[in-house]
Amino acid sequence: MADVERHDYDVVVIGAGGAGLRAAIEADARGAKTAIVCKSLLGKAHTVMAEGGIAAALGNVWPEDNWKVHFRDTMRGGKLLNNWRMAQLHAQEAPDRVLELEEWGALFDRTKDGLILQRDFGGHRYARLAHVGDRTGLEMIRTLQDAAVAKGIDVFMECTLRHLLTDGERVTGAMGYWRQSGKLIAFGAKAVVLATGGVGKAWRVTSNSWEYTGDGIAMALEAGADLIDMEMTQFHPTGMVWPPSVRGLLVTEGVRGDGGTLRNKSGDRFMFKYIPAFFRAETADTEKEADAWYEDKKNNRRTPDLLPRDEVARAINSEVKAGRGTEHGGVFLDIATRRSADYIKRRLPSMYHQFKELADVDITKQQMEIGPTLHYIMGGIRVDPDTEAATVPGLYAAGEVAAGMHGANRLGGNSLSDLLVFGRRAGEAAAEYSKRARAPTVDDAQVSAYAQRMEAPFEKGGDENPYKIHSELQDTMQELVGIIRRRDELEEALARLERFRARAARASVTGSRVYNPGWHLALDLENLIGVSEAVTRSALIREESRGGHTRDDFPKTDPEWGTKNVVTRKRDGRLNITTEPIPKVPAELSALLGEDKPTGDAATGARTPVAAGDD
Amino acid sequence: MPDTQVWVWRGDASGGDFMPYRVEADEGMVVLDVVHRIQAEKAPDLAVRWNCKAGKCGSCSAEVNGHPKLMCMTRMNEFAPDEHITISPVKTFPVIKDLVTDVSFNYEKAKTIPPFKPKPRDPDGKRRMYQEDVERVQEFHKCIECFLCQDVCHVIRDHEENKESFSGPRFFVRLAALEMHPLDANERIDLIRAKHGLGFCNITKCCTEVCPEDIHITDNAIIPLKERVVSAHYDPIAWALRRMRGKKDEFAPPEPKPPSA
Ligand SMILES: Cc1cc2nc3c(=O)[nH]c(=O)nc-3n(C[C@H](O)[C@H](O)[C@H](O)COP(=O)(O)OP(=O)(O)OC[C@H]3O[C@@H](n4cnc5c(N)ncnc54)[C@H](O)[C@@H]3O)c2cc1C
Ligand code: SF4
Ligand code: SF4
Ligand code: FES
Repeated sequence: MADVERHDYDVVVIGAGGAGLRAAIEADARGAKTAIVCKSLLGKAHTVMAEGGIAAALGNVWPEDNWKVHFRDTMRGGKLLNNWRMAQLHAQEAPDRVLELEEWGALFDRTKDGLILQRDFGGHRYARLAHVGDRTGLEMIRTLQDAAVAKGIDVFMECTLRHLLTDGERVTGAMGYWRQSGKLIAFGAKAVVLATGGVGKAWRVTSNSWEYTGDGIAMALEAGADLIDMEMTQFHPTGMVWPPSVRGLLVTEGVRGDGGTLRNKSGDRFMFKYIPAFFRAETADTEKEADAWYEDKKNNRRTPDLLPRDEVARAINSEVKAGRGTEHGGVFLDIATRRSADYIKRRLPSMYHQFKELADVDITKQQMEIGPTLHYIMGGIRVDPDTEAATVPGLYAAGEVAAGMHGANRLGGNSLSDLLVFGRRAGEAAAEYSKRARAPTVDDAQVSAYAQRMEAPFEKGGDENPYKIHSELQDTMQELVGIIRRRDELEEALARLERFRARAARASVTGSRVYNPGWHLALDLENLIGVSEAVTRSALIREESRGGHTRDDFPKTDPEWGTKNVVTRKRDGRLNITTEPIPKVPAELSALLGEDKPTGDAATGARTPVAAGDD
Repeated sequence: MPDTQVWVWRGDASGGDFMPYRVEADEGMVVLDVVHRIQAEKAPDLAVRWNCKAGKCGSCSAEVNGHPKLMCMTRMNEFAPDEHITISPVKTFPVIKDLVTDVSFNYEKAKTIPPFKPKPRDPDGKRRMYQEDVERVQEFHKCIECFLCQDVCHVIRDHEENKESFSGPRFFVRLAALEMHPLDANERIDLIRAKHGLGFCNITKCCTEVCPEDIHITDNAIIPLKERVVSAHYDPIAWALRRMRGKKDEFAPPEPKPPSA
């Protein structure tokens, strides 16, 4: 039997971002012996990078705001594909979760009355995002990290888990390796919570870090769990485009929330041309009204600069395709002419710093050049809305790795709140389950087989550079499974993915087991390719355009498709893609949403943008 | 684009040396991009930490030409075209491999800090704090835990033996954040002196100079903390005043004796 370090816990939480930390704190509080495992050092997860804020209907700035409005915004922003129950729980519980952070020491920016200040963001009817300048995620992760450390929860840092252990019926633990030493490690666990985040590193232009290789999604799939909505990927409209070294880095939506506007190369505020019918009633159609809305929300409608992200990203894509983009293939984001330098530096300090240091642009004087960047995946592991239980017993998922909450498109600020609401619920349910569950029996044969798989790259002496395969994969997903999709391109992507898989099996690894990123990447490739395949196959099946999924060959939003989830399962080593009806919204909640459904054509950039805007 | 050459320290706990690497340069490149390109093209096992690539996570700390820096925020065009550029791991912490060091010291110290403990709420159940009151502490909360201040602090940089009794500037920032938090009611003053070694700091300000978040570590965190320790221990008048102002009465340390009666 291979040399494998062993540990046993009631609950193992994989991931130390907002979702994982919140889950672990809850599981620990409920008496479960809990471990947190993460790939990076503690405090470095994606959550630390979140900028703009956390959405919660606290009603501190607009007393008119409440969970029902938040629920409505979330569902409509998600093009009604959301799991209604998750959207409801999220809207109802987010305020308590934010206040709880304050209880643990977080310091949000304040209103004049000393309460938590809230800012405007895309798709939110009222200023709703609690924030700390533009470094909200840092405040959140540090608060949770300190709380977890104070409780003495065991943390395994720089430890990558690669496989879930199962006994044919349920999850019995997880297994992987220490990045620092390269030694293997296995956990026996009554319950496992996946909080590993997304898969952005499959694309070339992304705001995501090396960690986002889809590990949790791949592990769950392998263990037999269902995925849903994998075609729903979010391209954030504003990533940096120049210089090449920073391409994809996020520019927070807070820039537009705080008054910034999008312009094409002629200086036109083009978003007014792209207001879809579904949002027309609530969106300003003149510049005057849009600008007045920041101050007076009662008598004016929201600026189209703050339409949901999918709409804005498609609009930018269309402008660029029509030749109205900037020199480097983006559009302009201007706050310099609209707000004072002092205001910009106070509200958006890290954006100011980021552009100044990395692009030699002073955003208090110059326009920013921006374009869409792959940011988030709405799809992921299918969970029970109340307990976050996956479809395999003993397995739970929360945060970006889970699906349902955001439907076809996530609103800005709704992720951080999602992490807290569902992280807590997952931790609670996992702890309760672990009290009922019998002790797991870890199958030594399974451990040995996985050990062999992880060690294989050292033994095989392959001839393929893993970095090169990864880079080509990123180009493929960017070009063929990008913001606008088409049958023939998706099919081509599948063919290429097969070739990448064959090459990844021959990845060469040099050097020792100690902190060897080449080896780590060689192992990550399997996840990246597997999850990319799930995205591509799901995208092929959904023959319509909705939210984060736009088909050039099916530009219409089809009400029929609006009732279906695309479900991915792995059976006998192959992906099996089907559709299933989404749970029906109960009448009392349905009344909050309005009668209309998203219909019409999405702007794919193929037609003239003005007509294409008629969604 | 022309090529660029850098010398990267390669090795592990048993030793190592600078190795030259030449890669293609791109416009706007930062040091971390160069390291990544070396990884992808020449040295796939080259160990380096990073996450955000935007100065937000504090993972990519290293010494560039001997200066503590975030590699992702250090532009290649800061260097003259023919400059000899070296990239090495931070010196204060033991090397694991190449640019990666064992920073567990910091995570162990973090465990010894008494956590935040909130005062009771306002009568209506809300918590009120005003922007001007939180701003001072928000400065400390900007810390991204890059540990560059720890790297540069002479008390531990060349003195392994001091690590036991000195937590370093990062944790003075953390302690200051807790102590000055408008809602905090926990007590740490005794501990700051006894356990975290504030007295070792002789205010050289080196930590402040390298902080990528521009936190005024010495002026705003360390000096006020030193004042609090002094007033709590040697100055009965300041002590009494503090009690009257009412910040943390219940949890105060035992009444100190005046230095000489
Ligand atoms: C630049 C940026 C800005 C953003 N701004 C906002 C915002 O303003 N508001 C908002 O609501 N959302 C924002 N988001 C989105 C939001 O930050 C993320 O969706 C969210 O933080 C994800 O949290 P998580 O807990 O699910 O995962 P993460 O915080 O990414 O944590 C994942 C954890 O899983 C661990 N992990 C992954 N794989 C493994 C493995 N195989 N083994 C062990 N551990 C593993 C990682 O080490 C990490 O600890 C932003 C995202 C980015 C990238
Ligand atoms: S000021 Fe104090 S803590 Fe900072 S580097 Fe100097 S001795 Fe160290
Ligand atoms: S105080 Fe500054 S230098 Fe020190 S760890 Fe924090 S951010 Fe880094
Ligand atoms: S990679 Fe995050 S600070 Fe450099």
